[in-house]
Amino acid sequence: MAQTFRLPEGGQIDRAQSLGFSFDGGRYRGYGGDSLASALLANGIHFVGRSFKYHRPRGIFAAGFEEPNALVQLGEDPRTDPNQLATLVELVEGLAARSQNRWPSLDYDIGALNNLASRAFPSGFYYKTFMWPATMWMKYEHFIRHAAGMGQSPRERDPDRYDKTQAHCDVLVVGAGPAGLAAALAAARSGARVVLAEQDHLLGGALLGEAEATIGGAPALDWARAAEAELRSLPEVRVLGRTTVYGYFDHNFLTLIEKVTDHLNRKPEHLPRHRLWKLRAKQVVLATGSIERPLVFRDNDRPGIMLAGACRTYVNRYAVKPGTTAVVFTNNDSAYGAALDMQAAGIEIAAIVDLRREVIGPMSEAAEAAGLPILADHAIVATEGGRRIKRVRAAPMDPSGGQVYVSGEPIDCDLLAVSGGWSPTLHLHSQAKGEIAWNEELGCFVPGEARQAAHSAGACNAAFGLASCLAEGATAGQKAAAAAGFKAKGRKKAAPKAADHGFLPARWLWLVPSDTPLGHGGKHFHELQNDVTAADLQLALREGYRSIEHVKRYTTTGMGTDQGKTSNVNAIGIVAEATGRAVPEVGVTTFRPPFTPVTFGVFAGRDVDELLDPVRRTPMHGWHQQAGALFEDVGQWRRAWYYPRAGEDMHAAVTREVREVRRSLGIMDASTLGKIDIQGSDASELLNRIYTNAWKKLEVGRCRYGLMLGEDGMVMDDGVTARLGENHYLMTTTTGNAAPVLAHLEEYIQTEWPEFDVYCTSVTEQFATISIAGPNARRLLAELTSDIELSPNDFPHMAVRDGTVAGVPARVFRVSFTGEAAYEINVPSSFGLAVWQATMTAGEKYGITPYGTEAMHVLRAEKGFIIVGQETDGSINPIDLGMDWIVSKKKDFVGKRSLTRSDMAKPDRKQLVGILTDDPAVVLPEGAHLVERVEPQPPMAMLGHVSSSYYSPNVGRSIALALVKGGLAKKGQKLTAPLLDGRKIGCTVVDPVFFDPEGDRLRG
Amino acid sequence: MADSFLRHSPLAHLGLAGRAGAFEAGTAIEAGVTMGERPYRGLVNLRGPAGDKAFADAVQKALGAALPVEPNTTTGKGDVAVFWLGPDEWWVVTPSDGPATADKLRAALAGQKAAVTDVSESRTCIHIRGAQARDLLAKGCPLDLHPRVFAAGQCAQSLCAKAMITLHQVANDDAEDGKDGGPAYDVYVLNSFAEYLWLWLEDAAREYGLRITSQ
Repeated sequence: MAQTFRLPEGGQIDRAQSLGFSFDGGRYRGYGGDSLASALLANGIHFVGRSFKYHRPRGIFAAGFEEPNALVQLGEDPRTDPNQLATLVELVEGLAARSQNRWPSLDYDIGALNNLASRAFPSGFYYKTFMWPATMWMKYEHFIRHAAGMGQSPRERDPDRYDKTQAHCDVLVVGAGPAGLAAALAAARSGARVVLAEQDHLLGGALLGEAEATIGGAPALDWARAAEAELRSLPEVRVLGRTTVYGYFDHNFLTLIEKVTDHLNRKPEHLPRHRLWKLRAKQVVLATGSIERPLVFRDNDRPGIMLAGACRTYVNRYAVKPGTTAVVFTNNDSAYGAALDMQAAGIEIAAIVDLRREVIGPMSEAAEAAGLPILADHAIVATEGGRRIKRVRAAPMDPSGGQVYVSGEPIDCDLLAVSGGWSPTLHLHSQAKGEIAWNEELGCFVPGEARQAAHSAGACNAAFGLASCLAEGATAGQKAAAAAGFKAKGRKKAAPKAADHGFLPARWLWLVPSDTPLGHGGKHFHELQNDVTAADLQLALREGYRSIEHVKRYTTTGMGTDQGKTSNVNAIGIVAEATGRAVPEVGVTTFRPPFTPVTFGVFAGRDVDELLDPVRRTPMHGWHQQAGALFEDVGQWRRAWYYPRAGEDMHAAVTREVREVRRSLGIMDASTLGKIDIQGSDASELLNRIYTNAWKKLEVGRCRYGLMLGEDGMVMDDGVTARLGENHYLMTTTTGNAAPVLAHLEEYIQTEWPEFDVYCTSVTEQFATISIAGPNARRLLAELTSDIELSPNDFPHMAVRDGTVAGVPARVFRVSFTGEAAYEINVPSSFGLAVWQATMTAGEKYGITPYGTEAMHVLRAEKGFIIVGQETDGSINPIDLGMDWIVSKKKDFVGKRSLTRSDMAKPDRKQLVGILTDDPAVVLPEGAHLVERVEPQPPMAMLGHVSSSYYSPNVGRSIALALVKGGLAKKGQKLTAPLLDGRKIGCTVVDPVFFDPEGDRLRG
Repeated sequence: MADSFLRHSPLAHLGLAGRAGAFEAGTAIEAGVTMGERPYRGLVNLRGPAGDKAFADAVQKALGAALPVEPNTTTGKGDVAVFWLGPDEWWVVTPSDGPATADKLRAALAGQKAAVTDVSESRTCIHIRGAQARDLLAKGCPLDLHPRVFAAGQCAQSLCAKAMITLHQVANDDAEDGKDGGPAYDVYVLNSFAEYLWLWLEDAAREYGLRITSQ
C-alpha cells in the first residue's frame, strides 16, 4: 500500500530501507527511522485503539514517551509485549502490532456500549459498585480485568535473554537534546567520565522535530551531529542510545534500561534483548526537556486530535503529513510554529483558534504575516467525527473569559493540532526528592532546589529558548564536572548563537468553556489513558475529596501506564480552579519510578535457571552423582540425600543405609560442616564465654561438644570443637550456621572483647571431610593409615590426631553423630575425591555403604541427638532440650543472664521428648500436632508438635522426637496426633534416646 | 605433599578445555575476554596488629615483602604477593606453596600476637583478561574498576554475582600481561562457588566472545 501521507522528501528517515509491517492484520510499509506511529500516520491511520473505560475510538496523540493513547501489543506469544507506545517503537521489517482495549475488533467493539451508558460510570464507580459483598470481589475483578484489557502478557516462558550491569561515572547527562549535548560536551572536555543517556536512537532531542532552528548560523542538527561525533571520539565518554533513565534513587544511584536488540531485524544470538544499568554517578545533569499539554475542551479525544508539537515532529522528523486540512487550537505562541511547518509541508491550515485575546509572539506574528487565518479570543466548543475528526466548532469567548454563549461556526478538518502550554519533565528531579515550584507566568511546575548532586538544564528547567538551553546545558555540564573534581581546560568556549524564544505569551485557562454545561452533550477529557474527565474531578471534589493525592486515586487520573505525563498539570489546574485555591496550594502528586514502563525480564537478568542461585558442591560431588545419589538442598549446599539402588524407593534405600551403618560400615560426605580455626592466647577464654560449658581444662588433642546460645538464652548452634594446641582450636558448626557463627564470634571479639588476643578464620572449604562410622570403622581406618595409633586407649572417643590417610596429610577426629564408633577424616580439599575413592576401595570387604543426610538423620534420632533448626527454632533453650547437664553453673557465658530468668525453667515450656506410636508401623508426619483430648473438630488445645519422625530399622519400629508442653513430666502419658487426613494416631511420651542408651557402641 | 595426580581442582570436572569451542564456534566476533582456571595457588591468611613494628618486621623478614597497610593494595617480592584484606588481615599469595609459606610465617611469628592459617585448599582462582574483561566484571561486581580508581596491584574483597570474591588486578591495559589489549585480573573464589561463578561469567561473556585457556 502506498504511503499516501509521506512527504516526497526530507525527514530523518532512510527511504532506501523500505520496511513491511502489519497492524491489526493489515499490511503496510514504512521506512527505516520511522516509529510505528509515524509509519501508521504515513499510511493514513490515526485510529489505533479504544479508551480504557468508555472504549471510545482513540488516535495517535503525541510523538514521544508522553503518548497516552497509542498503546499496542507487539509480536506473538512467547515474544509478545503489551502496552508498547507506538510512538517509541522503532519500525523493523516484519513488525506485527495489534490494537488493545477492543473486542472483538477495533471497528466493532462491544465495550463501546460503556460510552452510551457513561452516566452509569462516574468517578469512583468501581469503589461504589463493587464494594459488597466482599466475597464477590474475585468475580468482579475478573470482569473488570477483562473489560479493561490492558493487553496480554505472554503465556509461555520468555525466550529472550536479559542482562544487568553496573557502572560508575563522574557526570551522567540524561537526555541528548541541545541542553544535554551541551552539558555532555562541557563535562567531557574537562576529562570527566561522562555517560550520556538518550531514550531515542537519534541524538538531538527537540531539534529532530524542528525545521528552521539554527545554531551558530548552521542547521541545528548539524551542530548536534558534530557534538555527537566529538563525544563518541572521547575515550571517557559513553553514549547510550535507546536507553531510558527510569529511576533516580538515593546517593545518586540511577537505573537505566537499554533496548539492545529490539530495533534489529535479525537479533544476534550473543546479545541480550535489554540491559539494566545500575549506575552510580557523582553528579547528574538532567536535560530531560518538556512535555506539551493538551487543552481540556469538549470531546477533545477523537482520532485526528494531536499535540501541535507532535504534528510538527511528524512533518519535520518523519516527513509525514498527519492530515490534509488542519485546525490549530492554542493558548500560546508555540503552536504557530507548528502551523507554519505544516503549511510548508502542504497541509491546509483552515484556522488557528487562539484562546488569547491578542495574537502576539514571534511565531504568531510570523503566521499572521504569512496570511494564516487566525481566530483570536476564540474557543473550540465542540468536535465531530467518529473514527476521525471531521469538523470543529469555534466560538468567540465571552469577555469574562469563562463562558461561551454562541454555538460558533463549523470548520471542516481532518486534523486538530492542540497546544495548552509546556511542562518541564520533572520526573527524575522529583524522584530524587528535589523541590518543585510553581511558575505563574509560564503556567507550569519548575524544579526547585535539588536534594542530590543534580543540575537541571534546558527545557526541564523552564529554559524554553534554544540559546538558553545551550547556555544552561554548558554551565550545568561544567559545574557538574567541577564538582566531580574536573576543572574546564583552556578558555571557556562561548555558547554558539541561536534564537531564544519560548512559547510565551500565553493565556492559562484550565478548562475551556463550551456552549453547554460541563458534562452535558460531550466530555471534557483531561486524562486520555484512564478516561478521566473534568466533570469526574469536580464530582470527586463535591464528594469531599480535597487532597490531590486522594482525588487522583478516586478518579484514577494519572494512574495509567503513562502516569499522567500529559494530564497531571491540567488536573491540578482544574482542581485548583474548582476549589478556589492557587495551584501551589493544591500541590503535585508524587513522581515514582519507573519513568516509562520497564520489561520484567531485566530485573531477573541472567540470574535464571542454573544461575538463579549458587549451588555449592563438595569436592566429592561428582562421585555422589555417579553413584546415583539424590540430593537435598541445605542452604546453598547440595548434599547427597540417599543412594537408591535399582528398584529401591526412598524408604528402602534409607532403611538399608541405616541398617548397614550399624551392622558394619558406612561412609558419608561431611565436608559442608562449618569449620573455624581459632588461634591466640585468649582462644580458650573465647570458647569459655561463647559456649555454655567449660573449656579451659580440655586437653590438647581432645574434643568437646558445645552448645552456643544467643543473647536471648535460646540455642543458636552446636558442634564439636577440638583443641589442636595450647592456643589453637578448631571449631565445627552446623552446615547452615557456618557463616552466622563466624559473624557471632567476630561481633563479640570486635565489640565486647577487643582486648582479646584471638583470631578466627573460616577453614570450612580448606578440608574435605569423610566420615566413616560403624563397628568396622576402626578396622578400615587402620588399613588406610600407618602413622596414627588407633587403639581406644591411644585414640579414644572425642580425640583428634594428625597423620596420613591414604597417603595424604590428614586430621582425624574421633567423634560420632550416629552413636557408632566413627572417624571424621579431614584432608586437603583437592585430595578429597582421591581419599574418598581409596576409602571406598579399602572398605569393599566390609560392604562399606555410602549414606546420605536422610540416613544420618535417622541414625542420630535413634540416639536422641538434636539437630539445631529441627529440634530448635529460636525459642528453645538447653533446659527445654533436657541438656542442662552441659550448662555451667560456675562461669558466665553469652545468654546466661537470659537463661537464668525464672521463666526459662518453667515446667510448662515445650520440652524435648521421644514419641512412640501405638502402632509401630505408623510414621507420624513431621509437624503433626499432639493433643491430650481430641475434639470432634479444631480448635483443640495443642501441646506441641513432632519435630523429627522416621522409621528406624535398628529399633524395629517408628520413632519420633517432639516438643511438648511440660513433656519431661509427661513420660509414659498417652497423647494423640490428629492428622489432616482425619486419622487420629495414638502415641506415648517416652525418653528421646531409642538406641544404645549406654553408649557402648561409640566407645568400642 | 602427596602425589599431585591425585588432586582435583574445583573446576576440573567442567573440562574447561573442551568448553572453549562452544563459545568460539559460530560467533563472528573476536574474543574480547579470555578466561582460565589457575588452581592450587598458595594462599595463607595472616592476622596480626599492623601497627606493631615487631610483627611487621618479622613478616617482612620472612617474605622479603613489606606488609601493605594502605587499604586494597598489594606488595610483592618475586613470586610472593601480599594482599591487604583488612586492618589486621592479609593474604600471602604464592604460585603453589601454601603450606611451606605458612610454616615459614609461623616460625617467624612464634610467640607474637598473630595467626597464620593456610587456606590454599579453600579457593581456586579464575584468571580473566582481555579488552572487555572490565565490562565483564562490571556485570557482577559493584566496585568501580575504572583505571583511575582500581589499577594493577590493587585488590579487594567483593561480590561477583552471588559469590564472594577476592579480586586482584594483575596487569593494566597497557602492560604486557594484559595480552589482549585489556586489563588482567585474578578472581579468587571459594571452591564450592567456583562452578557457579565460572558458569555465570561464561554466560556474561557471551556477548564479548570468550576464549578459554588452560591457564
